[in-house]
Amino acid sequence: MLNLDARTPASRVAGPEKLYEKRKPVYPQKIDGRFRRFKWLVMAVTLAIYYGTPWLRWDRGPYAPDQAVLIDLAHRRFYMFGIEIWPHEFYFVAGLLIMAGLGLFLVTSAVGRAWCGYSCPQTVWTDLFQHVDRLVDGDRNAQARLAKAPWGPGKIGKRALKYAIYLAISFWTGGAWIMYFADAPSLTHDFWTGQAPLVAYATVALLTGTTFLLGGFAREQVCIYMCPWPRIQSAMLDEKSLIVTYKDWRGEPRGSLKSAARSPGAFGDCIDCNQCVAVCPTGYDIRKGPDIACITCALCIDACDRVMTQVGRPRGLIDYATLEDCQREAAGEQPRPVWKTVLHPRTVIYFAVWGGIGLGLLFALGVRNHTDITVAQDRNPPFMLMSDGSVRNSYTLKLRNMESRPRRMEVSLEGLPGAVMWTDQMSREDAARAVLRDVPADEIDTMRAYVVAPAGTAQQEFVFRLRSLDEQGENDSGEARFAAPEGGEE
Amino acid sequence: MANRRVDEPTGTETVGHEWDGIEELDNPLPRWWLWTFYASIVFAIGYCIAYPAWPLLTRGTEGVLGWSSRGELAKEIAAEDARRARTVAALADIPIEDLQGNEPLMRAAVAGGRAAFKVNCVQCHGAGAAGVQGLYPNLNDDDWLWGGDLAAIQQTITDGIRQPDHQATRFSQMPAFGRDGILTPAEVSAVVSHVLSLSGKAKDDPAGARLFADNCAVCHGPQGKGMREFGAPNLTDAIWLYGGSRAQVTETVTNARFGVMPAWGGRLDPVTIKMLAAYVHSLGGGEDFATPAAAPAPPGTEAADAQP
Repeated sequence: MLNLDARTPASRVAGPEKLYEKRKPVYPQKIDGRFRRFKWLVMAVTLAIYYGTPWLRWDRGPYAPDQAVLIDLAHRRFYMFGIEIWPHEFYFVAGLLIMAGLGLFLVTSAVGRAWCGYSCPQTVWTDLFQHVDRLVDGDRNAQARLAKAPWGPGKIGKRALKYAIYLAISFWTGGAWIMYFADAPSLTHDFWTGQAPLVAYATVALLTGTTFLLGGFAREQVCIYMCPWPRIQSAMLDEKSLIVTYKDWRGEPRGSLKSAARSPGAFGDCIDCNQCVAVCPTGYDIRKGPDIACITCALCIDACDRVMTQVGRPRGLIDYATLEDCQREAAGEQPRPVWKTVLHPRTVIYFAVWGGIGLGLLFALGVRNHTDITVAQDRNPPFMLMSDGSVRNSYTLKLRNMESRPRRMEVSLEGLPGAVMWTDQMSREDAARAVLRDVPADEIDTMRAYVVAPAGTAQQEFVFRLRSLDEQGENDSGEARFAAPEGGEE
Repeated sequence: MANRRVDEPTGTETVGHEWDGIEELDNPLPRWWLWTFYASIVFAIGYCIAYPAWPLLTRGTEGVLGWSSRGELAKEIAAEDARRARTVAALADIPIEDLQGNEPLMRAAVAGGRAAFKVNCVQCHGAGAAGVQGLYPNLNDDDWLWGGDLAAIQQTITDGIRQPDHQATRFSQMPAFGRDGILTPAEVSAVVSHVLSLSGKAKDDPAGARLFADNCAVCHGPQGKGMREFGAPNLTDAIWLYGGSRAQVTETVTNARFGVMPAWGGRLDPVTIKMLAAYVHSLGGGEDFATPAAAPAPPGTEAADAQP
């Protein structure tokens, strides 16, 4: 990259100095402050959710798994506490994903890149790994020293220890992931006794590898080069968005305390101590202005506030503020109240759409039927002339029992006068207007239905009615067509 | 690249193109990006060595792993065969009389039969087994020329109907009453009247009834209810393989019919035939055995797809 001093006419024609750039190592310094504490809190909560959720239990009776959150791919069920979702209800999952997407928009609109700064997994795990760095290698300067130091027993030992901890965290991360897809206690047992399916080991290996690589090494490179979200966000942020801002009108020109003491009034509040850069997990200098590299984790605010307090200048030289407010402040006006920044129309619209989808999903969940019948008529042949002249049609019925207990159901004919039916599991002598089925818990029962109507029955519509013979008394109907020869003798 | 210039706020050179005022900064790529590029080259070389990759004149390179998609398919087929082996063995062992009582095996047999039917039978009987009027019987209905229980269907499939040069085949021949001069055209007409009257489609003709008793009842039975030993159809029901109009029945009585079904015993293995019988039986018209074979399901059989 060309440095700022190279902006001379001569450089207009010069090619780039280099095609590839070595990664600049980032050794963020330890810091404490309100945003750091908030980050600790978010990290604790998100990691607890991630690692702990599969171990929560939820009693669903003897016919369904008792894991509170389970994506049961093998049986095509998705369990989330009291909710069980079948593949045909995938719109619930789609709705949740849309809500997650809109939620990102909503958060961005209200509080800028808060997702990037606090709760993005890449941020949380990078933060975790950077704590490991500080634990093993020491703080910023010690890390830099160690990186430059020649290889020796001490360095090898420290590196080995650090990578071992990296690996342990990565392995735990990969291991927690697979617990969402199978019963956690039994999968853990199977995993350690070598009985788990190959895909479980492969998934853990893959996620261990990616966590090790992305959290241990790629870190801010993911945010700057790989992740599309910062680029999308850069189109969503405007001068009204809450971002971490360096108030250059207050800070510039920078001058050390000594210089300021020598010539009072010549310098701004920034004493150029570089603490904001030192604590930055992506190694960015916020004083250059907003950038993709700034994930707005606000650790520089903590650092700068501490320095400002120490030197007795007002805090907030680096602050959460909108660019518009910065201009106002620079002009000596009062900044707008925070709620106005957060509650601008775009935020309200996002929230309305987000909440609307959520309410819609909840409503659909509340009124959904746990009983369902679908009818597929045999098309070839559409009808069958029986030896007594009556006409038979064949149907494949699918009876869906979404309750996690077996239920007795009744399938009956509505319409089609004089018709009776029987199934492939009973004989024609027992044909009747209605048949009883015991539908297993949480399953789809497939039955063949033969419907025979008296000679002379014309082609017509009728209905298969499914009723659950329990206190729920749910019912569903499947429309069907009865095909018949068009009059006359063949 | 004549328009390269340095972007003021960032101090970075642009690539020199401009699209509606939008320019692109020529930032250097991160070095690790280059490594991923080298890594893909290394991977590609490894892949070319390990897997089939290079086309040559008559064939391609095989790769040291010896992998091929055909080999993969063969492996999967072998695995599927192994998975079905127990079901197939159980199907081979079970007497067909007991098949209906063993629901899992019956289901497996029907599934396998459905697949075999699509390969071997649809050419005549049609994809839905509905047959063709005047040529091939409908297998969905409850009318059976030679019997509709599992054993009868199995025998029909194994030995065929009127299969030439096959000892065990089921055979019968209806005389061509009109063509061979056994009956005069007037007598044929009378017989046809009587036959049609059996299913209420015409007024009875006493002369026809007499002629029927003399000429037809030996096979079709005194009441015209047919006789399955000879594949003689029931004339009292609503189902007419060769058509139930006066003209069609007259044609049948005059020139007779001689439907042929191949014997499949020499072409299909017994298990496939058993599965086909189960499938045909399951189409909705299958009959129970006259004396139900009450045998318990043999142990060690379970449901599994038995599609060949």
